[in-house]
Amino acid sequence: MITCREFVDFMMQYLDAELPADERAEFERHVSDCPPCGIYLEQYRDTVTLGKAVCRDPEGPVPEEVPEDLVSAILAARGGSD
Amino acid sequence: MDLQPAAAIAPEDEPKLLEALRAGDGEAYERLVRSYGGRMLAVTRRLLRDEEEARDAVQDAFLSAFRSIDRFEGQSRLSTWLHRIAVNAALMKLRSKKRKPETSIEDLLPGFIEDGHMAEPPEAPWREGADALLARGETREWVRRRIDDLPESHRTVLLLRDIEELDTAEVAKLLDLSPGAVKTRLHRARQALRSLLDPDLQGEGA
Ligand SMILES: [Zn+2]
Repeated sequence: MITCREFVDFMMQYLDAELPADERAEFERHVSDCPPCGIYLEQYRDTVTLGKAVCRDPEGPVPEEVPEDLVSAILAARGGSD
Repeated sequence: MDLQPAAAIAPEDEPKLLEALRAGDGEAYERLVRSYGGRMLAVTRRLLRDEEEARDAVQDAFLSAFRSIDRFEGQSRLSTWLHRIAVNAALMKLRSKKRKPETSIEDLLPGFIEDGHMAEPPEAPWREGADALLARGETREWVRRRIDDLPESHRTVLLLRDIEELDTAEVAKLLDLSPGAVKTRLHRARQALRSLLDPDLQGEGA
C-alpha cells in the first residue's frame, strides 16, 4: 500500500498515463481507500484544467493585432540593422 | 492603409513567404509582423507582465527571426518557430530582470506527517468543478492572478508547459534544467496553484 505522500508524488505521472500497470493499480487502490486523496486528486485535476484554460478565452478573442507603433519600430529596426 | 487585421498565413503559402523574406522583400517582412506579432505579444505579455518589456521582447524576437530566416528549414510551421523565438526572447528579459526574493514554494505544498498522511487533508470537494467555474467570465482573470502569485521559477514552468504547451524537453533546454527538474517543478507549481485557489473554492455549492 502506498502512502498519501507517495500518492501525491505520483499524481502527475498518473494523469499523464506514465505509470507502469502495477503502480497504476496501486495508485487506483489508494484513491478508493483514501477519500482525502481522492478529493486532492480531483482538485489537482481541476487546477490543471483551469490553468490551461486561462489563455483560451472563447469570450475575448486572443488579441491578434499588433500595435501600429510596434510594427513601425520593428520594421525600422530591421532597416537599421542591414 | 489597410485596416483589416492581417489574414493568417496558410501553410501552403509559407514557402512563398519565406522565399520573399529571403529575397529581402519589405512587404513580406511587414506581412510577417502583422500576421504573427499579435500572438507573439500575447505570449510575451503573459511571461513578462509588463507592457513595455513585452513589446521590447517581441521586437527582439522578430529581429532574431529576421537574422535566422535563412536557417529556418520548414520542419515546423512558421507560427511554431516564431512562438519559440518569442518565448525565448521573453525568457532572456526575465533572466536579466532583477529578481525579487521568491516566496518559498514549500509553503504552498501539502505537508505530510511521519506516517505519510497529509497534515491537513482536504475535507470536502471544491464547491464547483473546473467546467462550472469556466462557464463564468470572471474565472479566467481570477486564475490568472493566482498564477501570478506563484514563485517566479515555478510560474515560468507552469506557463511554458501548461499554457504555451511546450514539451518537457523544450522547456528543459530553454531554462537549462534537466527534464526531471522540469517535471518536478511543474508538479509543484500545479500543487501550489491548487493551494492558492483553494480558499475561494471551499464551502457550500453556489
Ligand atoms: Zn491518501
